[in-house]
Amino acid sequence: MTFKEIVDILEAEIVLDSDDSDTEIQSVCSTDLMSDLLHFSSMPRSLLITGLANTQAVRTAEIADIKAIVFVLDKKPDKETVEMARQKDIAFIVTRLSRFTACGRLYAAGLRSCTGENR
Amino acid sequence: MSSGRAIEGSFHLTGGDFTNAGAASSELKSILTNLGISLAIVRRAAIATFEAEMNVIIHAVAGVMYYQVTADSIKVILNDMGPGIPDIGLAMQEGYSTAPDWIREMGWGAGMGLPNMKKNSDEFKVDSVVGEGTTVEIVIRIKEESP
Ligand SMILES: Nc1ncnc2c1ncn2[C@@H]1O[C@H](COP(=O)(O)OP(=O)(O)O)[C@@H](O)[C@H]1O
Ligand SMILES: [Mg+2]
Repeated sequence: MTFKEIVDILEAEIVLDSDDSDTEIQSVCSTDLMSDLLHFSSMPRSLLITGLANTQAVRTAEIADIKAIVFVLDKKPDKETVEMARQKDIAFIVTRLSRFTACGRLYAAGLRSCTGENR
Repeated sequence: MSSGRAIEGSFHLTGGDFTNAGAASSELKSILTNLGISLAIVRRAAIATFEAEMNVIIHAVAGVMYYQVTADSIKVILNDMGPGIPDIGLAMQEGYSTAPDWIREMGWGAGMGLPNMKKNSDEFKVDSVVGEGTTVEIVIRIKEESP
């Protein structure tokens, strides 16, 4: 699924666009715990859905080869967080939806977990 | 890498400095990528060193991350001054954490750091003296891809 399609499905606001909005997203991780993300994500080119709107999420995303981050519940990242994501070429979107609904919509649209389960 | 020489360097880490937390591992990740090491191996090295770096930031006062890359392996040693780990076996258990709530609010303290380092390393060692500090050694072998 492309980044653009995900933006539409989540009715999200783009904070930092992907340098390539046809970027293919292959799987989704959803957590607020950074070590869980590093432990369980086994796939590159993932999307991270999180309520953790800070620089820790961006740094961890970079290490885990995550291409785009979604902040739920309309949490806006601060300037420092956006600037770090810009430097790392990580796209950023914000959705009003809860994490449950955001995950549910993407699952229904065919995306699966970055852990590799339920493929 | 064709050269037999090792590439090495080090980074200084400051406990509690969450602004720069992860910067050393991020830089090491790009050094490894630029050396042409395969993505899967770079990813393992990045995850293991990042967790080790974060532990110094979260649990210790100050530390040094030293790396050495040869044609065969990536070796990273993290040496810190800090409280040390009284029971390494317990600390290695998945989910065990002494991190306070404010650390958890920043996304850390899941107790998966040491298990993550071990999972992503080919050799992994922790040495610690309570009241003095901790040394973590991570070795990841670089398997030559067949031409
Ligand atoms: N460098 C260190 N200095 C002191 N204690 C440490 C260090 N690294 C790990 N620990 C101890 O081991 C525990 C488990 O570490 P880890 O698995 O990384 O989980 P977390 O960092 O999420 O607590 C920590 O909560 C802490 O008590
Ligand atoms: Mg840790």
